[in-house]
Amino acid sequence: MNPGMNSGMAPVATPWFFYVLAGMAVISGGLVITLRNAVHAALALIVTLLSVASLYLMLYAPFVTGVQIVVYAGGIMVLFLFVIMLVNIERSSKEHRFNRIWPAGLAAACALLVLFVSAFVKGKALFTDRGMPLPESSNTQQIATMLYGEAGRMGQYTFAFEIASLLLLVAILGAVIMTKKKI
Amino acid sequence: MAPITTLHYLVVGAALFVLGVVGVLIRRNVVIVLMSIELILNAVNLNLVAFSRMWGNLHGQVFAIFIIVDAAAEAAVGLGILIAFFRNKETVNVDEIDLLKW
Repeated sequence: MNPGMNSGMAPVATPWFFYVLAGMAVISGGLVITLRNAVHAALALIVTLLSVASLYLMLYAPFVTGVQIVVYAGGIMVLFLFVIMLVNIERSSKEHRFNRIWPAGLAAACALLVLFVSAFVKGKALFTDRGMPLPESSNTQQIATMLYGEAGRMGQYTFAFEIASLLLLVAILGAVIMTKKKI
Repeated sequence: MAPITTLHYLVVGAALFVLGVVGVLIRRNVVIVLMSIELILNAVNLNLVAFSRMWGNLHGQVFAIFIIVDAAAEAAVGLGILIAFFRNKETVNVDEIDLLKW
């Protein structure tokens, strides 16, 4: 998976793209958890989602990029902004940002970070590139075959797709009922 | 400049995950806690798509699509709970959501 050294096709991206996009994602992720205003934090999260979508594009996953931009940045974040405007009272932007027990949370997260770093340093041999060739047919078509195809041979996720649609129905019903004034 | 390997993407995913965990544990605003949970889910998605590229099949990408679907459902339900609670007690501060305390 070396975007600069492909066999046949022109290189898609240089490593500079990766570092810029990864820096954008991590910096705006840091802004999400530190900004005082909730609307600013939502906008920073939108920047994070879009840079992660661009990273998917570098990983040769155009369909997941499209789904992320349309559903995540275009649907879920709009929902967040609506709710922020519904519950955004002036008092919350003047209060202290962090919890009473923030040192404990920060220590736990630092322990998690140390765990990740040690896993990456010790297990570096597990993540070697296998030099996979670029996909032949269209990415969307292959994902569609896996999702909607005949169950058993080609469509391995048809049943999971139906369950996911049922999950969305239940979630919509729950959200509507919970926000009614009188059930 | 060294070519970008799978490990680079995993490091970015780990960094986003830790940032999301810090946000869940530290912030007082409930909406920002929910947004940090979305950060965590995005980190997991990035890991899945990176591994899908490493192995050459599409199972990771299909799993990532299902995680996005699940994140939408969970965000809707979580924000519904928040609105229902806000109607009772006009606050979005996690330290003041203590009706179950003794």
